[in-house]
Parts: sequence; C-alpha cells; structure tokens
Amino acid sequence: MTDTALHPSAFQAHDHGHHDAHADHKPGFFARWFMSTNHKDIGTLYLIFAICAGIIGGAISGLMRAELMHPGIQYLPKWVAMLHGGTEQSFDQALHLWNVLVTAHGLIMVFFMVMPAMIGGFGNWFVPIMIGAPDMAFPRMNNISFWLLVPAFTLLLASPFFGGAGTGWTVYAPLSTYGEPGPSVDMAILSLHLAGVSSILGAINFITTIFNMRAPGMTLHKMPLFAWSVLVTAFLLLLALPVLAAAITMLLTDRNFGTTFYDPAGGGDPVLYQHLFWFFGHPEVYIMILPGFGIISHIVATFSRKPVFGYLGMAYAMVAIGVVGFVVWAHHMFTTGMSVNVKMYFTAATMVIAVPTGIKIFSWIATMWGGSLRFPTPMVWAIGFIFMFTVGGVTGVVLANGGVDDYMQDTYYVVAHFHYVLSLGAVFSLFAGFYYWFPKMTGRMYSELLGQLHFWVFFVGVNVMFFPMHFLGLQGMPRRYPDYPDAFAHWNQVATVGYMIMASGMVIFFVNVVWSMLGGKKAPDNPWGAGATTLEWTLSSPPPFHQFETLPKID
Amino acid sequence: MPGPLTRAPERGLEHNMLTTGFKAGFGAGRRGALTGLMLAAGLALAGVAGGASAQAAAPSAGPATSATAAPSGLRPADANQGPAGGTVQKADAAPAAPALAMDGAPAMDARVVSTIPKIGQPVDGVMHIQPQVTKNGLRAHWFHDRILFPLITIISLFVLALLVFVVIRFRASRNPTPSKTSHNTVIEVVWTLAPVLILVAIAVPSIGLLQAQFRPAPAGAVTLKAIGNQWFWSYQYPDHGGIEITANMLKEGSQVAAGERARSDADGPRLLATDNRVVLPVGVPIRLITTANDVIHSWAVPAFWIKLDAIPGRLNETSFTIDKPGLYFGQCSELCGARHAFMPIAVEAVPPAQFAAWVRAKGGSMPAAGKPSDKVIPQPGADGSAAVMDEAAMSNALTGPTENGTDTPTPSPQGATGNPGGVGEAGR
Repeated sequence: MTDTALHPSAFQAHDHGHHDAHADHKPGFFARWFMSTNHKDIGTLYLIFAICAGIIGGAISGLMRAELMHPGIQYLPKWVAMLHGGTEQSFDQALHLWNVLVTAHGLIMVFFMVMPAMIGGFGNWFVPIMIGAPDMAFPRMNNISFWLLVPAFTLLLASPFFGGAGTGWTVYAPLSTYGEPGPSVDMAILSLHLAGVSSILGAINFITTIFNMRAPGMTLHKMPLFAWSVLVTAFLLLLALPVLAAAITMLLTDRNFGTTFYDPAGGGDPVLYQHLFWFFGHPEVYIMILPGFGIISHIVATFSRKPVFGYLGMAYAMVAIGVVGFVVWAHHMFTTGMSVNVKMYFTAATMVIAVPTGIKIFSWIATMWGGSLRFPTPMVWAIGFIFMFTVGGVTGVVLANGGVDDYMQDTYYVVAHFHYVLSLGAVFSLFAGFYYWFPKMTGRMYSELLGQLHFWVFFVGVNVMFFPMHFLGLQGMPRRYPDYPDAFAHWNQVATVGYMIMASGMVIFFVNVVWSMLGGKKAPDNPWGAGATTLEWTLSSPPPFHQFETLPKID
Repeated sequence: MPGPLTRAPERGLEHNMLTTGFKAGFGAGRRGALTGLMLAAGLALAGVAGGASAQAAAPSAGPATSATAAPSGLRPADANQGPAGGTVQKADAAPAAPALAMDGAPAMDARVVSTIPKIGQPVDGVMHIQPQVTKNGLRAHWFHDRILFPLITIISLFVLALLVFVVIRFRASRNPTPSKTSHNTVIEVVWTLAPVLILVAIAVPSIGLLQAQFRPAPAGAVTLKAIGNQWFWSYQYPDHGGIEITANMLKEGSQVAAGERARSDADGPRLLATDNRVVLPVGVPIRLITTANDVIHSWAVPAFWIKLDAIPGRLNETSFTIDKPGLYFGQCSELCGARHAFMPIAVEAVPPAQFAAWVRAKGGSMPAAGKPSDKVIPQPGADGSAAVMDEAAMSNALTGPTENGTDTPTPSPQGATGNPGGVGEAGR
C-alpha cells in the first residue's frame, strides 16, 4: 500500500482493481496474517489475541474463586504439585502460587486482554475507517506493535514454570527486588517492557493517523467520539508508559546489577517505586476505560436514533479525565505515610474526576432522552455499562477520601470498586462494541437470542460475584489472601457462585461467536438503520481489504 | 473481671440485633447453596437497603456501650488478675492459667473472651463497617455511613431511575420519531455544577477528618512500634523499658507439632489469633510507629480505623486512642509474600492500671513520674526521643495509689475518650 502510493501509475492500476470489493486481491495466508500491514487484519489479530488472553485470565480468576469459596486452603497444594511435576511441595510454595495467580490475573487482564482489545482491536479496526483514512499512518509499525505482544505474553505465561512472579500486578519493591529471587520476576518485568513498547508504538501510530489522515472536511470537532477517545488514550499511553518503563528498568537493575534505587540500605526508597508506578498506573485505568466511553457513545446514539447529546462536552470531558488522571496518582498510596497536605490534595484532586465522568453519564442518558430506543444486544450492554460504571464510580468517590480510605485501602472494597469499573465497565463496553461491530467485521449477524441471554447471565453473574465484595471489604477482608477468617465465608461463597453464573454466560458468548461465524445470517452494510451515522456503516460488511481509495468528503 | 462480664450481654444483644436484622434483610438460609442464585436479581437493591438500616443502627449503639465500659469498673479485678500486686515481676513469670497469654500478660479471662460480642473482628454475613472504638474511627464511620453511603446510594438510584424512565418512555414503540436535540447549554451547565457542589460538600468533612487523623499524639502518649517481618509482627515499647514482643499467628490444633501451642477459642478466631498480643491502655493516646525489616507490610486494625504501611527504611507514624477495653484483630494489608495472609495483628486493650501491671510483668518500666514531657512531636526516625507520659500518675488518678505512689501524682492529662493535646497539623 505504501509502496504503490509512491507510484501514481501503480496506484491507478491498484485502484482499478478495487472497485469490486470482493475481488480485491489479498496476500496469501502467511503474508496476510504474519506480515500484515492492513489495519483491519491487525485489528482482528489483536481481538483474537485478547480473546485468548481473556480466556486464560478468566480461567485464573476461576481458580482463585474456587480456592476462595470456602475458608482454608483447598486446592493450591494440588495445583502447585501439578505445576512442578507432582512432587511434594512445601506449603509456602502453595501459598506463593496464590500470589502468582493474583499477579497473572491482573497483568493478563490489563495488558493482554483489555488494552489489546480496546485499542489494538477496535482502535485499529475502526479509527482509520471512522476518520475516512485508508489505513494507519505506519502500517509496519502497526504490525510490530501487535507482534511484540506475543513474546511479551509468552514471557509472562512461562514465568510460573520458573517459580512464578508473586508480586501483584503492581510489582512493588522491595517484594519484587530482594523479596523474590529467581528469573520469574525478571521475566514479568521484561514482559511489561515489551508490552509497553508495543503500546507506545501503537500510541504514536494512532496520534499520527488521527492528526494527519482525517478525510477532507473532518475537523477534530467533527470526528466521531470513538476516535476522540482513542486519541486521548494514545496521549495517555505516550506519556505514562515511559514512566513505567523507567520504574521497572530500575527494578531490573536493582535485582540484577546491584543498584539500590528502591533499597533503603543503599539510600533508595521503596515508596519511590510506588510513586513512579502509580504515575503510570492511574492514567492506565483511564487508558482501559476511555475507548469504552467512545464505544458506548456510538452505540447509545445509534440505537436512540439521535446524535450524541453534548458532543463537545463529551469530547472535552474525556480530555479532562485524561489530564486530571495524571495528577491524582497518590490516592493509590494513602496508607504509605504521606503528610496531611499531600493527602488533602490527592483527596480533592481525585474527587474532581467525578465531574467529567458525571458529564459523560448524564450525556448518555440525555442522548437516549427523546430518542426512539431499540434494545438489540449492543444496546443492552451499553445500558448495563452506564449503570454499572456509575456504581463503580460512586464507590470511587468514597475511596477518594483519604481519611476513609485508611479503612478501605487494600480490602475487598477496593477489589469490588475496580472490578465494577473494569469487569463491569470496560468489559461491558468491550462486549457492547463486539456485538455492535460483529456484523461489520465478519459480515455475519450474531444470534440476537444468544446475545441477549449472554448479557443477562453475565450481568447477574458479575453482580453476584462483585457486589458482596463490598461487604467483605467493609468488614475488613484484605486483598490477595488465599485463606481468610471464617467470618468472611458467607460472602465469599456467594461471590464464587457468581463466578459460576458469569462463566456460564461466557460459554453462551463463545457458542454465539462460533455459531454466528459459521452459520449466521449475512449482514447488510448497515444492520442498525438510520441511527448509525459513522463511516464504517457506509462500507460493505465486511469492508473491502482496502477502503477509501477515493477519500470520503465530510460536509 | 466483673466489668467485662456485665458488659458482655449488652453488647451481645446489640450484636444479635444487628445480625438478625441483616438476615431478615436479605432472606433466610444464608448458607444455602441457592442463596447466591436467589440473591442474584435483587442483590444490589437489597444489599443497599440492608446496609443502610444496619449502619444507621450501629453508631447509636456505640456510645451507649462505651458509657458502660468505664475503666474504673475493672479496678477490683486488676488486683487479682494482674501479676500479683506490689512486686515487680519479670517477663518469665509463669502464667497463672493456660488462658493467659504466653508472655504472662494479664490476658482476658477465657470466659470473657468467648462471650465478648463480635467487636474488633469480622462478623459473617453482614454488610457494614466494623464497630469503631476510636474517636477518629467513629468520626470516619459516621462520615461514611451518614454522608458518603447515603449519597452514593441516592446517586446510583437516581441514575438507575433515569435509565428505567428513558427505556420505558422513549422506547421505539412508544416514541417512533426521535427528537433531534443535541445541545442544551443550561442542563449541561447544571450537571457540571451540581456534582461540583456535591463534591465540595463531601470535601469539607473529608478534609476535617484528615486533619483529625493527623493530629499528632500529645505528650504523654504511649508509643508502640510495630515492625513487619516475613511473616510476623514484632513490637517495641520504647518508652517502657524497651519491652519487645513477637506476635506469630497461632496455628490450628491439626497443624502444630507436638508440644507446640495451638489456637484455642480463647485466643481468638482462626487466622486472627496470635501467640502474643499487643497490650495497650484504654483511654490513653497511642503513638503508633511502623516500619519493616524486609518488604512492605501494613499494620491494620479495622476497629481503630487504622492502616499504616510498614516500609523498610521508613518510620511512619499515626495516633489513636482506644475507648473500650477489648480484643481487636487486624491483618497485614500489603502483599508481602507467601504467608501474607498469616501474620495477623491482635491488640488487647486494657485499663491503664492493668497495662502498667503488664509492663512490669514484661520486665519493663513505666516512664518515671515528673519526667519532663517531650512537647515536640518527634520526626519519623526519632522514636527513641518519643514523648513519655506520667503513666503511673495517671493510673493513680484513675485507680488510686499504687506501688508507685511515692511519685508526685499529677492530674491525668487524659479525657475518657479524647485526644486532648496536640492541636494542629502533624506536618510529618
């Protein structure tokens, strides 16, 4: 594509062949999928990757919920024996396996499920189409972005066989420095490095594409909100990830080369790591949710048959969330012994984020207000998202209070909070987007019945799983515990039942995907009717291998 | 110990009222296999409602019981319970009864411990915050239960109601022609400013709570230094003759080797009981200093509203005053390796005289009377210079002359529950 563009004559010939979308030539299988430069193919690769990672990360959470169903250590010794070849293992190794599972679940879901699906998957697929561009600005860099994830994930998945990184996804020093010998933590750190490089390259690509390749007439203020959300996300990635890279590089040198950045014995400070990590880590949570905001805006508008209410407010609310997201990081560290003034500042700053978030929630509802609402699967996921994200958001306001957080910090209340905004927020938006764009991406309709069933089973499951965690947290149950006092038994049991419900919902999802890919109805170009106004619905389903040889004009 | 024994039924009643209230709130048979399914649809709403009613009950019950928990009520018992009256006993004095803690602490009687209502430890199946026994804890508890929790419930229900309304009112079959409205400056300003005002309203008590929490311990506070280790806590009382104790989790009977001490019900719940408890006086400000020897740990006792990370190379400091005698449990709250879940915290809060007796039994000494107090709040790292208090004089004031009666008695600086001195910011 890039080559042909340099030669007008070649471009002409190329263009000619593309008038019939179904006849456009595609490279052979290996070249198409392993050396891909096509944003849609790379997006598909990202989505497949994210689904695989999601299965693994979800299975790990199943192991954890099984262990937590009853007080006492039930399965960990058996699992550690399986992992290390059936020999007798010490009790501490079984407990260490718990920390490995906690760590793996967090890292996989954040770096290998949500981010690849949101940004790599839907971002790659639909940002170029929505802005009327033929492809991403740097197609080969796009390819390396994806393929860096594969070794990154491999490193992470291999680490349990070398002992396992049991540091939590935050990799706090000094547990991650002199607290955990062996290569596992190094492997996890390198995995984060690679995933970080992948994301930075992707962010550069998106920023360049969005700033330079919008179709004629598409000003930034006419750009669809999903493209806006990915633009803001890309800036967050670009600014936050280098800080993570620096932090974990210092971890590596502390571990291997005798530096003492985080070791008080050499003049370092463990809290420095936490500041660096959360300077990345807090924007990271917005990186995970902002593209979801964009997806939800499109779906709500489409199925209300109304334009998004308060478009500019929606776009700049995301910008505001991105900016403020960089100055609130230490609310993750309220118990580390900060001074009162620092704690007051981070309390106040954190609360500010509720304002733009409220604008988004109310604008979605206002978009529906006066609309002509239909409720196919993507819309029920979107409405579910709005409510569940609200619930997760308001517990965030509780946690924002530094004085209150002394009680909640590192309890299941926090676990409930961030699963409401991620597992019921980000994941709901992923499913909403998946159903919304499934006909466009595959050319086939999903089963509406199975989609609705998936939503309701999943919705009930995650609520039964995560809502009782608020109660556990209020009673003081700490996070990352493989065994708990018997007084936490009841709600833990309920939560595990919730996991089972949720998991059966996922079975419905996979049945739906397979059934629809094989035997779903052919999808029309625009299955959603008059409300779907963005450019992807002007293309065929699935879109031609290369779209917009003639750039669309936006009036 | 007549005091605790007479108190126990009252608190037990309170506890029963609360828990039965919860049970009634979300249906019977809470351990039933089908409970989760049954809860599924209405869980959110039922939970919110149950939590609200219960939490409304908790704070009002708190002060009532604290009124009956006057330390002086325990005085007659102290003479019998504490390691025999006038003579100072060393730490290795043999425990008089198996119910006593291993370190010879005047542990609470086994009967008392087993009948103490579930305060200071989690209770199964409930949906609320643990009852608080510190002033700041009560304040924070009030802030959560009376301001934050109702507010977030109202906001969530408001959003839910709006969603339900638009879904019903504007469904395609009822409203086939959509409006084209995409802007309304007034309402956009309103829903920007309204949250701002709500947040300002939250911020005022929130900042006030932070100020209260950071009020430094007054001169005369008892200093407790908690040191995290993989995987146990060790404690120092630098002002009391350098008492040091080590608290390991007590294992279950099936897990211990022959001759090793196993947990009994008198020690506390599984995973919460420790072989040696931290003993602290009631009604006296405690200065807590945390640090760690290896990785980061976190010293947390929910009933005190205290959680403070123990970080190697750092000394963190906070303070609190325990209002009620009792047994309070907490757990390490920062991931610290394999046995992170197995390094609990057990605090036994006793009347000051009993604390003084315990200090002597441990071979420590109460800070000398009349010794000038350190009015300057020590910087982290200066724990050795921590303020000392006229503990003996204070116990005199409360319990009458003791073996330290030759010292000049000075009036107790302590209120019953207060944190009387040290206004201003900690500025740590």
